[in-house]
Amino acid sequence: MTRRIVVLTAGLSQPSSTRLLADRLADAVATQVSARGEAATVEVLELRELAHDLATTMTTGGMPTPAVEAARELVAGADALVAVTPVFAASYSGLFKMFIDVLDPEALAGTPVLVAATAGTARHQLVLDHAMRPLFAYLRAAVVPTGVFAATDDFGGAGSDELGARIRRAAGELATAVVAAGVVGLASEEPAGRGGSAAQQDVPDFEDLLAGLGQ
Amino acid sequence: MQFGIFSVGDITPDPTTGRIPTDGERIAAMTSSALKAEEVGLDVFATGQHHNPPFISSAPTTHLAFIAAQTQRLQLSTATTLITTTDPVRLAEDYAFLQHLSGGRVDLMMGRGNTGPVYPWFGKDIRQGVPLAIENYHLLRRLWREEVVDWQGKFRTPLQGFTATPRPLDGTPPFVWHGSIRSTEIAEQAAYYGDGFFHNNIFWNIEHTAQMVGLYRRRFEHYGHGSADQAVVGLGGQAFIAGSEAEAKRAFRPYFDVAPVYGHGPSLEEFTRMTPLTVGTPEMVIERTLGFADAVGDYQRQLFLIDHAGLPQDVVLEQIEILGREVVPVLRREFEARRPAHVPSDPPTHASLVAQGPDAPHHLVAPARGAATATTSPARASA
Repeated sequence: MTRRIVVLTAGLSQPSSTRLLADRLADAVATQVSARGEAATVEVLELRELAHDLATTMTTGGMPTPAVEAARELVAGADALVAVTPVFAASYSGLFKMFIDVLDPEALAGTPVLVAATAGTARHQLVLDHAMRPLFAYLRAAVVPTGVFAATDDFGGAGSDELGARIRRAAGELATAVVAAGVVGLASEEPAGRGGSAAQQDVPDFEDLLAGLGQ
Repeated sequence: MQFGIFSVGDITPDPTTGRIPTDGERIAAMTSSALKAEEVGLDVFATGQHHNPPFISSAPTTHLAFIAAQTQRLQLSTATTLITTTDPVRLAEDYAFLQHLSGGRVDLMMGRGNTGPVYPWFGKDIRQGVPLAIENYHLLRRLWREEVVDWQGKFRTPLQGFTATPRPLDGTPPFVWHGSIRSTEIAEQAAYYGDGFFHNNIFWNIEHTAQMVGLYRRRFEHYGHGSADQAVVGLGGQAFIAGSEAEAKRAFRPYFDVAPVYGHGPSLEEFTRMTPLTVGTPEMVIERTLGFADAVGDYQRQLFLIDHAGLPQDVVLEQIEILGREVVPVLRREFEARRPAHVPSDPPTHASLVAQGPDAPHHLVAPARGAATATTSPARASA
């Protein structure tokens, strides 16, 4: 079965170092899934392209625009997520958080997630552990142990490829998690990727709702 | 099919002049809108219920009774009645009283309200919103249908040998709608009782509306009230109408751009694409509204939001005039032309419910529970 890898990238410039990191992570994950004998597709969500739609959604009481709805469904249907943000003011960027805010709170429950961030200096690297991990813990996502932080220096290319080693290790962890999730018996009880409109899902029988109130 | 207007009763400054109506002026404006609706041939006026500024619509039955006294035909309704925070005993009394005053021209639309702080003001907990809506409404049905009620529940003090007075007009409780935008439990509730389902789609895309209505229709059939396409459906709508699209946009844009809820957000053009809002000619409003039936099936009630965003009352009255004289007559004709014979045109009215007789399912507290209670008299039918 083909695994659907979705990559969120919240860089603002074009091209952005955030997107460069996202692409390296996407390639590494796809390679590692293939190495485990499974197929993978990678879809990239450039959140910059959704900026106006996200603002519109926020200012219309939460009504998603068609583009936001499509993005939500893409994420809800992902078998694994790679989330990459630039560091702004000691945290993930506002654009990144706006997208997370329009997701269904159940959308990533049980989904393997790789967290990554970029910044001008390595002094921001704890953003992964102090901001990204708590956010995905709230969403009950399964964040893999290795996060990937890349400062401007890491793209310099001098010396050993430490960034490349971290990317490969994180991608390996995500690939292991996503391949394991497809094996009966190893999958978590929580089905990954809840999504779609509530109206499509089953509703509780009304007699049960009344009985719960003793009526 | 019924057409009408609904108002939330907001006080919003006119952004073009800065003028803010007084509470008294706003109440009088709502009244004049209702009277104009009857004058131009519309069928329904519905008022909101709110208990916080900037709204003044805190006493719906007082207001609707005042309007009833000055009208002959107009159906009086709510959009919505707060079933969560209003004591069901008071709802049973107030709306039965209004039935008598208005000659049965009353129905209600239940809603949970979307303002969190309202709940504690009335001694309730917003986290219990859905259970409150379920328990309170079930009690309300019993109070209208059983002469003497012994009741115990989670959210109000027990009742022993209680009789709500006055009894419903002609022993026939008013028809009830349930309004919900996203809560599937409420669509399920409407379907369970065979009540109407109103989707106030004015801030939502039609695809979402179609999903919610589709759910209600399937469950309506599941509970044995009729086929899915016979379920009783109402929709919201929002329009600003002028002789040309350019003129309509020119006049409405200053109000749109700073309107509560969606102002300072999407452009008028984006919002009209995303939602039912139509700003243009009568023909454009007709075409858009007819399209709703393609999405949700043939339906029974269409309410328009007209008086909002600080529009001055003379403009509001002019809009209601255009709606009643130029838009709705065409809609009536076109909706009936496409409606299959077995799909009812109108929602139940007091006259139609009385005509069904005392043994009709309407008189059962829970019609879906089947024939076990169908043989008892309406006054004794129990839950």
